[in-house]
Amino acid sequence: MLNIADLLNAMPGAISQGLIWGIMAIGVYLTYKILDVADLTVDGTMSLGGAVCVTMLMNGYNIWISIIAATIAGMLAGLVTGIFHTFMGIPVLLAGILTQLGLYSVNLAVLKGKANQGVSADNYDLIVSLRYVKNVPFYKNSIFVVTIFIVVIIAVLYWFFGTARGCSIRATGCNPNMSRAQGINTGFNTVLGLMLSNGLVGLASALYAQYQGFADINAGRGAIVIGLAAVIIGLVLFERIFRNFALKLLAVALGAVIYYIVLQVVIWFGLDTNYLKLLSALVVAVFLAIPFWKKKFFTKPIQKGAETNAGN
Amino acid sequence: MLEIDHIYKTFNPGTINEKTALNGTTLSLQEGDFVTVIGGNGAGKSTMLNAIAGVWRVDQGKILIDGVDVTKMKEHKRARFLGRVFQDPMMGTTATMGIDENLALAARRGMHRGLGSGITKKERENYKELLKELELGLEDRLTSKVGLLSGGQRQALTLLMATLQKPKVLLLDEHTAALDPKTAAKVLALSDKIVSEHNLTTLMVTHNMRDAIAHGNRLIMMNEGQVILDISGEEKKHLTVENLLDKFEQVSGEEFANDKALLS
Repeated sequence: MLNIADLLNAMPGAISQGLIWGIMAIGVYLTYKILDVADLTVDGTMSLGGAVCVTMLMNGYNIWISIIAATIAGMLAGLVTGIFHTFMGIPVLLAGILTQLGLYSVNLAVLKGKANQGVSADNYDLIVSLRYVKNVPFYKNSIFVVTIFIVVIIAVLYWFFGTARGCSIRATGCNPNMSRAQGINTGFNTVLGLMLSNGLVGLASALYAQYQGFADINAGRGAIVIGLAAVIIGLVLFERIFRNFALKLLAVALGAVIYYIVLQVVIWFGLDTNYLKLLSALVVAVFLAIPFWKKKFFTKPIQKGAETNAGN
Repeated sequence: MLEIDHIYKTFNPGTINEKTALNGTTLSLQEGDFVTVIGGNGAGKSTMLNAIAGVWRVDQGKILIDGVDVTKMKEHKRARFLGRVFQDPMMGTTATMGIDENLALAARRGMHRGLGSGITKKERENYKELLKELELGLEDRLTSKVGLLSGGQRQALTLLMATLQKPKVLLLDEHTAALDPKTAAKVLALSDKIVSEHNLTTLMVTHNMRDAIAHGNRLIMMNEGQVILDISGEEKKHLTVENLLDKFEQVSGEEFANDKALLS
């Protein structure tokens, strides 16, 4: 028997998880849309950040220091992929897979050989937790806290991509030949973009581990698929209304929230959770195919003489 | 201003596709020289421009720009000396960025790109004025994405970008070849205007012999990776397509076999 109250009850949790993955999805947006590369490092980074954060907490470090360390760890993972790609000439997909594989060992080492490590909200001063989604003051509510994170991240990114360096990163992703001709070091910018992206993923991972109450070696498995799903869902749904760069980032974060809400609904309908990854993969495959199909089946042939602009 | 000293470049060495594109190319440009470059397909014209720009390193030889040895300098480092316009209008601009943003990228060529603003209000005003001079109406579309512009508009914009920071050498690589004749003529006239206004040292590759004769103060012809003809001054002013073809036969001992160049 489907009970709507059960679904509504699960919503705050789904929204907070979605928001946390929204931060991760913004990271994916930076590589996938701005740099125009698919970076698979994130599957490793999405485990790494949590592992670093939880291990540091257990060693008595302050929660904020632990979160910052997780972010830096993510940036270093991006740096490694960047070096593989630019300095060693490895195609970026493969470079990401190599880092991701290597990170599995790193993550195990950080977790001291354990597959997961719990961190309870009772013993530590966590800033997000699945226990903080209901019946807590609003400023402690995970939905509120993560929303603040997202707003700050979007503000910083909006500023950064308007600077001379940020503009040059956008140009690098769009037209590397032109960029080099204009004196832009495309290799450096690619590394910088990968670091920025993985830093955000590391941060998301740290929040996710706190939220769930444990860091897990498998937390990042398939993360890139969820990230891409969020990016695509967000951009497709909001493309007509959100044109500004900051709003596009917001759309991506909302894409992740929608992804998690849909997931919750599907679970509510009684789908065996074992099939969730299969479902995610298929959904992303279909969404990725949409631009291709649009081009193939729905473009009208261009008529000669119709190009009114060609004259000058 | 530009010294090319016996440069060599072989692509795919040791394979069935081995191709010697530059075979001891030597060329020297004085400040203010506007040199047109002609030659058949595979003569090494574009390859020479790419060698100067540093798209890859040459196998042998030296390249000096304004006395600086750039032979081993990376492409993005050399960029501060060079303005470049490519054959493909898509190649010189970023389609997803605005006209103003593209200009701002070019204005920072050779400068440190830090956390300062990517484009200032004052710059925008300045670009508006400069765009007005192109007479394409682009000044009213300052923030439009460049992807929306036509090929001719893009090439005109790329020209402006290439010369926003005065380059030591301007490299025009068949930059009108992809345009329709009317637009090509416009872009060529604009090139002439910009070159003479700023007294730019320029290398212009073209497939069109008439254009090569009509523009610039010096004309070189390339064949098999070498400069085989170098005509300047009075002699160039009285050149015709016919006697250019005769000269080619004399020097190379073969007929100029390039329909595209002949017909155009």
